[in-house]
Amino acid sequence: MITHFPSLLIVTPLIAAPICLLLRNGTLVRIWATLAAWACLYFAWGILGQVQGLDGESIRYAMGGWEMPLGIELKIDAANAFVVLIITGIASVVFPFGLGHSGLSGPEGKEHLFYAAFLLCMCGLMGIAVTGDAFNVFVFLEITSLSSYALISMGSSRRALMAAYSYLIMGTIGGTFILVGIGFVYALTGTLNMVDIAERLPSVINSPTTIIAFGFLTLGVGIKLAIFPLYQWLPNAYSFAPSKVTAFLAGTATKVSYYVLLRLFFSIFGIAFIFNKLGVQNILMPLSLIAMFVGSIAAIYQTNAKRLFAYSSIAQIGYMTLGICLLHLDGLKVLNYDGLTGGIVHLFNHAIMKSGLFLIIACVVYRMGTVTIGEMKGFAYRMPWTFAAFVVAGLSIIGVPGTVGFVSKWYLVLGAVAGGHYVVAALILLSSLLAVVYVWKIIEVGYFQKPSEPIEKIEAPITMLVPIWLLMFAAIFFGFATELTGGVAETAAKTLLTAGGAIFGGGTP
Amino acid sequence: MKKPMRMREIVVLRVVSRVLMPYIMLFGLYVQFHGDFGPGGGFQAGVIFSAALILYGIIFGLDAVQRVFTPFAVELCMALGLLLYAGTGLVSFYKNMNYLDYDVFGSHGQHYGILLIEGGVGITVASTVLMIFYAFAGRWRVSQ
Amino acid sequence: MIALNEIPTEYGLWHYWVVVSLMMLGLYIVIARDNLIKRIMGLNIFQASVIMFYVAMGKVQGGEAPIWPLDTMEGHYQDRVFSNPVPHVLMLTAIVVGIATTALALALVVRIKESYGTIEEDEIREIDGSIS
Repeated sequence: MITHFPSLLIVTPLIAAPICLLLRNGTLVRIWATLAAWACLYFAWGILGQVQGLDGESIRYAMGGWEMPLGIELKIDAANAFVVLIITGIASVVFPFGLGHSGLSGPEGKEHLFYAAFLLCMCGLMGIAVTGDAFNVFVFLEITSLSSYALISMGSSRRALMAAYSYLIMGTIGGTFILVGIGFVYALTGTLNMVDIAERLPSVINSPTTIIAFGFLTLGVGIKLAIFPLYQWLPNAYSFAPSKVTAFLAGTATKVSYYVLLRLFFSIFGIAFIFNKLGVQNILMPLSLIAMFVGSIAAIYQTNAKRLFAYSSIAQIGYMTLGICLLHLDGLKVLNYDGLTGGIVHLFNHAIMKSGLFLIIACVVYRMGTVTIGEMKGFAYRMPWTFAAFVVAGLSIIGVPGTVGFVSKWYLVLGAVAGGHYVVAALILLSSLLAVVYVWKIIEVGYFQKPSEPIEKIEAPITMLVPIWLLMFAAIFFGFATELTGGVAETAAKTLLTAGGAIFGGGTP
Repeated sequence: MKKPMRMREIVVLRVVSRVLMPYIMLFGLYVQFHGDFGPGGGFQAGVIFSAALILYGIIFGLDAVQRVFTPFAVELCMALGLLLYAGTGLVSFYKNMNYLDYDVFGSHGQHYGILLIEGGVGITVASTVLMIFYAFAGRWRVSQ
Repeated sequence: MIALNEIPTEYGLWHYWVVVSLMMLGLYIVIARDNLIKRIMGLNIFQASVIMFYVAMGKVQGGEAPIWPLDTMEGHYQDRVFSNPVPHVLMLTAIVVGIATTALALALVVRIKESYGTIEEDEIREIDGSIS
């Protein structure tokens, strides 16, 4: 059965979604979706184990028994397996959040529709992560996007509708750009399989069409990923969506887009084209640095907690894209890839802490009925366990040693120093200080400002606390057991580089 | 001022739509099952099939068409069509073949397999398009 | 599949001009209009341009429709030229995606109209600005 795990990753949520529609009962649907997510986590774990044993090779699964050039194949190497594990992990924690409580997942009585969209969104994300076919990426991207527009529009305020609409317009433009890019690549190479494309592109690498294709693809993925100038949809979408949706999307959707960017850069176009010919790192690095600072500074000025962490997400995406630019190259020889490892490990780390933070805010909304920071007085005394979790997540966002946030920043700084970018290393540390400011804003209101009325304890229900604390334990555990995530991320980075390096004749790290 | 006529009171529309409806449905089924040999397939067939029902709904009113295809049944069909599609793929696991490998259905497996898959697609698309029509057409009642 | 640079010059690259003009037209409408429905229309034009781009790409000069003719297949089918069916199939999927996007966008606009009473973005922004 283990050979079928790659297809089961996509099929399980795809089958679970219509069954959700048939179940109709809120509690039943929640339990069912949770079980589906856990099943996927099991498959993802199995695949990660399988990939680790393959030593740089990838699992290939021909859909429908049609082999590679004719059919669509699923191709999983260390990088995919890591991303799949993140998606399923976040889904298995977010789906059971508030299991016994309705009202967290969309309008009352529509929970079966909400979870059907949720599972389809997960199905799309899985599809992007495991497929080896360029057009399939577009199709699954649109499945994800369409279901996330619907999910965002289910927010309680009417502004959610406008947020979903703007996201739809931006997302569709991004998706269509990707489609145009794939079209140009297909016109150049006559194939849609990523491995085939990578083999045939070198012969046409000097054609201007290649650059146009690359431009369209990067722009499209950039909109979905919300890299610096293209992030306008993100704050509204995150702050008006139901908190559960925000927690899920913040932990998975941008991560998968980052993975697509990595595939694009390293597996399809290759480092020779991206870094040596076009010099993408010279553009992407300033943009990432600006994103780190603009995101953090904008976060400081927010009064809405959800919006604050939405802006913080933009800054964190800056760290991830910075990781790509910190690749230290000498011609085609990779001298140091600590930065890239940092970027990939930050996928995992940011997913844990951001999902945790948005779930904590969901608790605050559920019990205190507000997302405005000024109204969170007495947060620490009313909901001590939730507040403790918030402190852990906040420390992690800042990057205090002993939490996961530190691990990724450590790798990034190592990469920056190895490449001689001392200023960048300093800026990474400086932007962490900005994170202190916005995390402190909430802690100050929650802990030091006591409300005038008597404080009664309104701790969040246990079904909400358990998922949050699972994430927080992960945040601390992987902060100490760094060789686990760091090791996997390093294998992933190495796999990405050798795949591109082998094809383009470059040296392997 | 004369009261504007409702669509169902116009004889031409009433007669023509009633005459056309079975042929549109038949053409939908033709496109569905001829998809094996020529252009066609589940998506087109589903849209054509639901076009007949939407025509009926536009002329005779939402209630008339919902008496036959209740919203609940349509929602059920949406789910069942998708399940038929995904379930067909699952059968391949029974003989340890890859997902959606139609050879599991015997020597003419490719034919049977695609027929089932397209059937699932057709049902889902027809019911989804109809559901979209219901959702938009029924909206003015909610807002009034 | 012929590469771009192999297209005979007498045909020129005029279809790319059509595609790019439509694309820019659509994008301009999306950016410049405040009416939410008009922006969806712009988006549709934008998507339609991409569909034309793919379909033009699949055209092979002198090629027939790539239908598998079982009865006329005997032996000599290698000599016949077919249009490339792959881009057409891809666009079938893209059309479905486009329909789904349009339906969802229109549904959102209906809900926006119901809760704001307008579908002009500047007016909506004004309403939102006055309460927050």
